[in-house]
Amino acid sequence: MDRRMIIGGVGAAGVGAIAGAGFARSARAQSDAPFKLPPLGYAYEALEPHIDTATMRIHHMNHHQTYVNNLNALGAQLGDVAKAPIEQTLSHLSSVPEAIRTAVRNNLGGHWNHTYFWELMTPGGAKAPTGELKTAVDAAFGDFGKFKERLAASALGRFGSGWAWLVVDKDKKLAVVNTPYQDTPHMELQAKGAVIGVDVWEHAYYLKHQSRRADYIAAWWNVVNWDKAAENFKKAAA
Amino acid sequence: MSFTLPDLPYAYDALQPYMSKETLEFHHDKHHQAYVTNGNNLLKGTEWEGKSLEEVVKGSFGKNAGLFNNAGQHYNHVHFWKWMKPNGGGKIPGKLEKAIIDSFGSVDKMKEDFIQAGVTQFGSGWAWLAVKDGKVIVSKTPNGENPLVHGATPILGCDVWEHSYYIDYRNRRPDYLKAFVENLVNWDHVEEMFSKA
Ligand SMILES: [Fe+2]
Ligand SMILES: [Fe+2]
Repeated sequence: MDRRMIIGGVGAAGVGAIAGAGFARSARAQSDAPFKLPPLGYAYEALEPHIDTATMRIHHMNHHQTYVNNLNALGAQLGDVAKAPIEQTLSHLSSVPEAIRTAVRNNLGGHWNHTYFWELMTPGGAKAPTGELKTAVDAAFGDFGKFKERLAASALGRFGSGWAWLVVDKDKKLAVVNTPYQDTPHMELQAKGAVIGVDVWEHAYYLKHQSRRADYIAAWWNVVNWDKAAENFKKAAA
Repeated sequence: MSFTLPDLPYAYDALQPYMSKETLEFHHDKHHQAYVTNGNNLLKGTEWEGKSLEEVVKGSFGKNAGLFNNAGQHYNHVHFWKWMKPNGGGKIPGKLEKAIIDSFGSVDKMKEDFIQAGVTQFGSGWAWLAVKDGKVIVSKTPNGENPLVHGATPILGCDVWEHSYYIDYRNRRPDYLKAFVENLVNWDHVEEMFSKA
């Protein structure tokens, strides 16, 4: 694992060299910047064949990095947002100064969503809900198969860029929802927390599945870590 | 009148190297086809059945999201194919060029604003040149929206959904927009829409 992570690091430097001066500047600023790209907890190729290496690399190193860079570029304008817990900022967006609100909504949302997404996926882990989460999913949707259909339908129904989620809603019930762009379930839905979530921006699947979003969702089920989902559920339902 | 998928006005490989054959195959045959198919299904039994495409787009906006999304995207893509041509870009026809200079100060400023609109449209959407109150303006819209539903007449649009450029440019949307403006735009079709506006 260590060795693969090092290879990943060399790849990142390679992309930086191509991107040129802009990347060098942001890399220097990185040390004291309030937001940082978290490392993946696994190698870029670890989710093959379900999620391909090329997609993972560009998704993490370019797309997620861009949200982080855009946040840090706000500099002193960030004010309290630089220090506040991310979920707190996202659930109280109306308290963010208007001048930076849209930028924070899009980029802090993107940063939170992607961080969450990387942690939710794994080559190993439980392949289906267990314990209390299984009981709750069965009670809310009938069974795991019916739940998967509901989430897939929601993911396909999101027109354009967005995310589909299983959340603990504000009434503490399990619900399937989707959000546009990089909105998180904390925002207008005021959900207590997300149990699982899937990125349905075209960049999440276009290299491998092109227009076939349904095939991507079908492949994605193979890498969802239901141990992590159980942890998310516990936190959200508390 | 139901929606039908128009043929591309050029070969699938005609826009290379700026837009690949593969991109046009997926974009036209899969994405545009899906808007046509879904749009026709959603149109059935509504008050807009039998209306012109423009009337469906304007009428369904804010009233029937599913129909609007697909009808809007059908309208946008019908024109998008015509807004491009092999060896595009280059000289802008005289009358249109004059109107652009009147509105923006220079052609370069218009191009800069148009590219900026496309770069800053967060997620799926479009960048536009449109005519509003006799002036040429730049705007951007999310998803399937277009200037028709904002009181303006579109004369040029660039699709910035990731499906338009991901195969050829990956995450580099600015490079795609620059290639669109400099090497793909069919200014004759823009001029045609401008003179009707
Ligand atoms: Fe993403
Ligand atoms: Fe498109």
